[in-house]
Amino acid sequence: MTGQWKKPAASGLQVAVHIGALLPLLWLIVAINQGRLGGDPVKELIHYLGMGTIRLLLLTLLVSPMAKTLHFGQLNRLRRPLGLWCFAWATLHFTAWLALDLGLDWSLIGAELIKRSYILLGFFAWLILLALAVTSVPALLKKMGRNWKKLHGLLYLVVVLACWHFWWSVKSGWIEPAIYAAVALALMAWRRQTVVRWVKSFR
Amino acid sequence: MLIKSPPRHQLSEQQVTPESAYVSRRRVISGLGAGIGSLLLAGNARALDLFGGEPDKAAPRKPLAFTPQKPAPDLVLTPQAKVISHNNFYEFGTGKTDPAENSQGLKTEPWTLTVEGEVEKPGTVDVWKLMGEIGLEERIYRMRCVEAWSMNIPWVGFELGKFLKRFAPTSRARYVAFETLYDPQQMPGQRNRYIGGGVDYPYVEGLRIDEAMHPLTILSVGLYGKTLPPQNGAPIRLVVPWKYGFKGIKSIVKIRLLEQMPPTSWNKLAPQEYGFYANVNPKVDHPRWSQASERFIGPGGLFAVKRQPTLPFNGYAEEVASLYSNMDLRKFY
Repeated sequence: MTGQWKKPAASGLQVAVHIGALLPLLWLIVAINQGRLGGDPVKELIHYLGMGTIRLLLLTLLVSPMAKTLHFGQLNRLRRPLGLWCFAWATLHFTAWLALDLGLDWSLIGAELIKRSYILLGFFAWLILLALAVTSVPALLKKMGRNWKKLHGLLYLVVVLACWHFWWSVKSGWIEPAIYAAVALALMAWRRQTVVRWVKSFR
Repeated sequence: MLIKSPPRHQLSEQQVTPESAYVSRRRVISGLGAGIGSLLLAGNARALDLFGGEPDKAAPRKPLAFTPQKPAPDLVLTPQAKVISHNNFYEFGTGKTDPAENSQGLKTEPWTLTVEGEVEKPGTVDVWKLMGEIGLEERIYRMRCVEAWSMNIPWVGFELGKFLKRFAPTSRARYVAFETLYDPQQMPGQRNRYIGGGVDYPYVEGLRIDEAMHPLTILSVGLYGKTLPPQNGAPIRLVVPWKYGFKGIKSIVKIRLLEQMPPTSWNKLAPQEYGFYANVNPKVDHPRWSQASERFIGPGGLFAVKRQPTLPFNGYAEEVASLYSNMDLRKFY
């Protein structure tokens, strides 16, 4: 069954994903060079990268519902670039915190990771994203077979960890993290059968 | 695809566009959620707003006559531009640049301050008259925010204790309560919970009487030699240098001397995270982050930012530690 509208080529959309994820980073470089990140630029930078990461994460999860609803299977080809960009932004977010906020002071980093629960949550989420990024090579997908699906189902856990991390990191004003959590919940509810199947696959 | 990040040429265009037109146009643009790039950027409007350049509607500041601090402490000052653009004043929004953007229309003149409660001579003073007669002095203080950043700021003001004595506190006065202006018409954060960060307004703060009478505690009316800009708490605010910044209540309209400990805004919002005392203490962490060190906001950009150790009582232990000699500072945080 095909839709009534002319679908754009998936390769064109992939280019759009790359440009869309890259341009805000270029903007960031300009902003840094011109001292436009305000009085506390480190915090602004970390928040900017964190917000980009969570949006890319939710966008990644939006792909398959869109593909199904629009009867546009080719859209699924956007999952990999979106997921990889999400990992790239997460890595920048994490690196900015390590290098610019804590100045690569490893004893302080260790203490913060252990003592600050929201940082630990974010760190776990990043570790999972790292594993997913490494195994995203198409050759590994074939080689790993069912295990690949099991591993990549961990993205659902990343969503939970990321929303939680956001929730705990704000000083006050739960509304913004709540909006993100609600969107995440809706995206998870839409694919609840897939999630249940994924959980059962470990039995 | 729509990318909100304005190219350089738009910066100059904005300077010739009336501010109101510019703002409404920007609202239209942020309402369009087309493209991934704009999606990534839209919620970072705070960062984007920094492209707005110098506000040309900045509230005027008057030069003050004051005694310079001698000897001045050996501190690298935070540049004035950062002191007046990086603020927490939730009545004008929770973003750090929101207060500077949204508060310039605050009507600070005339302004009266009422002192009442456990005093023999309650009264209301004209703050602008007070500035002329009380004898202002400069105080260069460290300022440590509970969010683990800090600044060094040259305030202009007078000792709270000397001021309170004019009203003859009674022997029952054990605490001092402060209240910020409540004016939802002028303060968008008081109209809307989302803008105001969920704080129960008016903002209230409090000190124990000995803290209030301590010579380091001042009511500030200026910084960098001029009257305060609205975002820093014009026309009159509290500065208690050994406590976290949120104790420094802004735009004060009322001071009450009390027998009982008064409620304080952040303590009401999250009692397990913010105590009444809120003394700067590197050994007592915030439940969600460490207070052992801080990012100092000084001259220079992103790569000049330095993390420095936080000092007990923010470096004023010699002067104030004795106030708390018999207290468990973990319990009374």
